[in-house]
Amino acid sequence: MASRPSVRPLSPHLSIWKWRVTMFVSILHRATGTALALGAVALFLWWLLAAATGAEAYLVFYTVARGWFGILVGVGLTWVFFQHMCSGLRHLYMDGGSGYELATAKRLATLTLVGSTVLTLVTWAAILTTKGL
Amino acid sequence: MGNGTDLGRVRGLGASKSGTHHWWMQRVTAAGNLLLVLWFIVSLVRLPGLDYAAVVLWLRQPVAAVPMLLLIVSVFWHFRLGLQVFIEDYVHSEANKLLALLALNFYALAGAAAGVFAVLKIALGA
Repeated sequence: MASRPSVRPLSPHLSIWKWRVTMFVSILHRATGTALALGAVALFLWWLLAAATGAEAYLVFYTVARGWFGILVGVGLTWVFFQHMCSGLRHLYMDGGSGYELATAKRLATLTLVGSTVLTLVTWAAILTTKGL
Repeated sequence: MGNGTDLGRVRGLGASKSGTHHWWMQRVTAAGNLLLVLWFIVSLVRLPGLDYAAVVLWLRQPVAAVPMLLLIVSVFWHFRLGLQVFIEDYVHSEANKLLALLALNFYALAGAAAGVFAVLKIALGA
């Protein structure tokens, strides 16, 4: 395929179609996955390595994490994780060949957005009530 | 095997017996992530605090350290597969693609090794 000329026509797929919730959730799955791999994983390693290093190193992480910016990032990444999780469950369901009818596909995609938002609110309500940040 | 057409060059090569392996491992690790990351979030919320003493005390228990090790393997494996597809889709120059995939493998392996080491140090350390 590398030997073919590269001037073959492409469908103007991104510029011509109206955005739908299914398209939005589909690309959001890739965006949230990338954000988790690069952002959440790096912070996870910082947290874990700080705990393995000692009390002083952990305090640096803990102070940043408890600040308003740390909590903002924490809430954001919580939503990003739950969105990727709900969207992933949708993918697994659709891998089985189900959920492709237009109305169902639209409802499932919308449900991932509702689900991730509700789960984020529940998680942070639990954190704020039990930890009293 | 011919060499005149694209079809001629690939005919008879088969799928090298691993045509669906990437796809399948992405699903297997997705299932692992679902269980392990939910366990991780619930565990953190249920801890009495998230300060140094509370976290270290928690990670010293085998019931916390072992799932954490599994979580690291499952999560790092999963994102290595996912970002590989991301790179293959968006990085078109062969040289840049090779470098990006190399960087991804280094990041995933080094990160997983650091994470595993940290958990073991806390769990087994004095």
